[in-house]
Amino acid sequence: MYIYDHYDKTLLEERVAQFRRQTESYLAGELAEDEFLPLRLQNGLYIQRLAPMLRINIPYGMLSSAQLRKLAHITRTYDKGYAHFTTRQNIQLNWPRLEEIPDILAELAEVEMHAIQSSGNCIRNITSDEFAGISADETEDPRPWCEIVRQWSTLHPEFAFLPRKFKIAITGSDDDRAATQVHDIGLQLIKNGAGETGFKVLVGGGLGRTPVIGSVIKEYLPAVHLLTYLDAILRIYNRYGRRDNKYKARIKILVKAWTPEVFAQRVEDEWQHAKDGPATLTEQEIARARSFFSAPDYLPRPGLTVGSGTSADQSIAEVLPVAFNRWQDRNVRQHKIAGYCGVFLSLKPTGVAPGDVTDQQLETIADLADRYSFGEVRVTHQQNVVLSDVRQEDLFALWKDAKAMGFATPNIGTLTDMICCPGGDFCSLANAKSIPIAEALQRRFDDMDYLYDIGDVSLNISGCMNACGHHHVGNIGVLGVDKKGLEFYQIQLGGKAGGNAALGNVLGPSFFANEVPGVIEKILQTYVDHRIDGEQFIDTQKRIGIAPFKECIYAKAA
Amino acid sequence: MQKLLDKTGQLIENDPWIFLPKDFGGPVTGAHQVLPLQFWQASEPGAISRDALGIWFDSDEEPEVVAEYLASWPCIGIHFPTFMDGRGFSLARLIREQHNYQGDLRAFGHIIPDQLFFLTRCGFSTFLLNDSSQSFEPEMYFDNFSVNYQTSADQAEPLFRRRA
Repeated sequence: MYIYDHYDKTLLEERVAQFRRQTESYLAGELAEDEFLPLRLQNGLYIQRLAPMLRINIPYGMLSSAQLRKLAHITRTYDKGYAHFTTRQNIQLNWPRLEEIPDILAELAEVEMHAIQSSGNCIRNITSDEFAGISADETEDPRPWCEIVRQWSTLHPEFAFLPRKFKIAITGSDDDRAATQVHDIGLQLIKNGAGETGFKVLVGGGLGRTPVIGSVIKEYLPAVHLLTYLDAILRIYNRYGRRDNKYKARIKILVKAWTPEVFAQRVEDEWQHAKDGPATLTEQEIARARSFFSAPDYLPRPGLTVGSGTSADQSIAEVLPVAFNRWQDRNVRQHKIAGYCGVFLSLKPTGVAPGDVTDQQLETIADLADRYSFGEVRVTHQQNVVLSDVRQEDLFALWKDAKAMGFATPNIGTLTDMICCPGGDFCSLANAKSIPIAEALQRRFDDMDYLYDIGDVSLNISGCMNACGHHHVGNIGVLGVDKKGLEFYQIQLGGKAGGNAALGNVLGPSFFANEVPGVIEKILQTYVDHRIDGEQFIDTQKRIGIAPFKECIYAKAA
Repeated sequence: MQKLLDKTGQLIENDPWIFLPKDFGGPVTGAHQVLPLQFWQASEPGAISRDALGIWFDSDEEPEVVAEYLASWPCIGIHFPTFMDGRGFSLARLIREQHNYQGDLRAFGHIIPDQLFFLTRCGFSTFLLNDSSQSFEPEMYFDNFSVNYQTSADQAEPLFRRRA
């Protein structure tokens, strides 16, 4: 994990002092509302429907146990004892008091955390793959590059007042767990013929009201040129992105208007001025960044592992509860080191808003991390937590501990592992509530046997077209819409996140909230009726198209 | 009430420059006139004395179109129609770093004190502020940070080349 040196610490302390002064000026009436607005946004502070909301960055999703305990302390001391993991690897407090925000930021700085640029029209938190560094399918660990980009983007003097927000994601895997194809800039680590590290660069992806898959503007960018090339992209966007209409202001609109080819050429021309200049990365800096993400001290593979098929294991497996095996099937992932695995702690039990955690749960996660996973966890954009380095022989003990604290719902990747934004209960942008929809679905589909039979299916819910719940890339997407003051829900089918991302298509007319669980049930039934052996939901849907689903759902009206 | 500051936050008295409005139609009389780009472009070559003349760019204009003349103007202004319009930050770096401009680069229009630090880093040397704040102490906005990561107009070497 990256460790701050005196430069990083000083900058953070100075930032806290600056925001304390800004907040005091505002509260004293010396700083106007509209001028305070971007300043507080760039420190993660929204004024929401009910109270301020503070969004805290979790750079590329990594948290230490010390940071988790600090977050627990903050939610207990300054908030109502719970927090919310977002779909961009951040964590939000829903009830902080404005005058206490500087104190919260000072507490965060003690554990090398901050809220810098977590909102506002600037470069946001850099996100990545929750299995970075532990996945066998990765070209290279993306985290050192995330940290290099985090530092470059932090208080970048030129790009603090962009036309609109700007999101960057970096992945090292073809599976694209970081969703780089739907980011303003997506960076995919690749190797050239000589085995040298570089990036495939995508721009102009995004969800929101105009969902677009990003376009490749550079097939191979040598890694040392990363920052000068990013500077060039951002400068072109800052100068030529639309500022007359906030709904047309994202970079995707500019890329589309110019065409990706013209945009790429403009960037190329701009880049020539800075290429090979002082911002070119040095081998020393790359080595420094990499040094923070070296592998922990893995133990040699133990002789006895659960499920490895030896006769000794057979006897253990026989006495293991079915529930444990299920949990292993759904919530445990392969690790590139034999004898280790990655373990999901599910934050999606029935009756809890997806991604919500209490102060006590944050402390429990910290304890589990210390006991089983070298004191570190990852936060996923599906709003769960991953213990990244668990020994296989500890799985049973971990399962029991996780179960006792409500983290062992064996539903990762199933229907009830929903992505869901805070929606109309909290967010002032939302057209409709989303959490009650999620809860109704959790209650309707609480039969684990049924969920296992259905298998992998992603259901994503957004309370408005800003798409924080990523509804476009859910196999089933639910979008809250407002019609004459009434809340309706539009259903989409066929979206897909990951390697070959796809955007869903609208099924048909919208539904009332109380109709949604029944509609989802019919969608699943249609899948069950049509699936061929071993076919996942998304494969069946692609094969048979949208018509059979429409027929089943809208038949009555016809 | 407007205040003109230098990049250490000191008040500049007796500034000679007169900024002419965007729809200025001429004629140019006197010295130290800062003309809108469009007027300068529309004027006949040689019709305006190049001595003691400045040009200002609006945020959507392109300094590239007059690149060959930039060095000859002792004062260049960049206008911020609103403080949320960040194009001026890019224009300043462009003029300073790509065109190596050495004269006075002035930010004017709607800028706020909390932008002074970033403006300075992007290469502005003077700032025309609409001062509405009673307790405005310019110094405190220029020294907010002793550390910065990136290359910029006032610091060519990024932190990773200076880290010790």
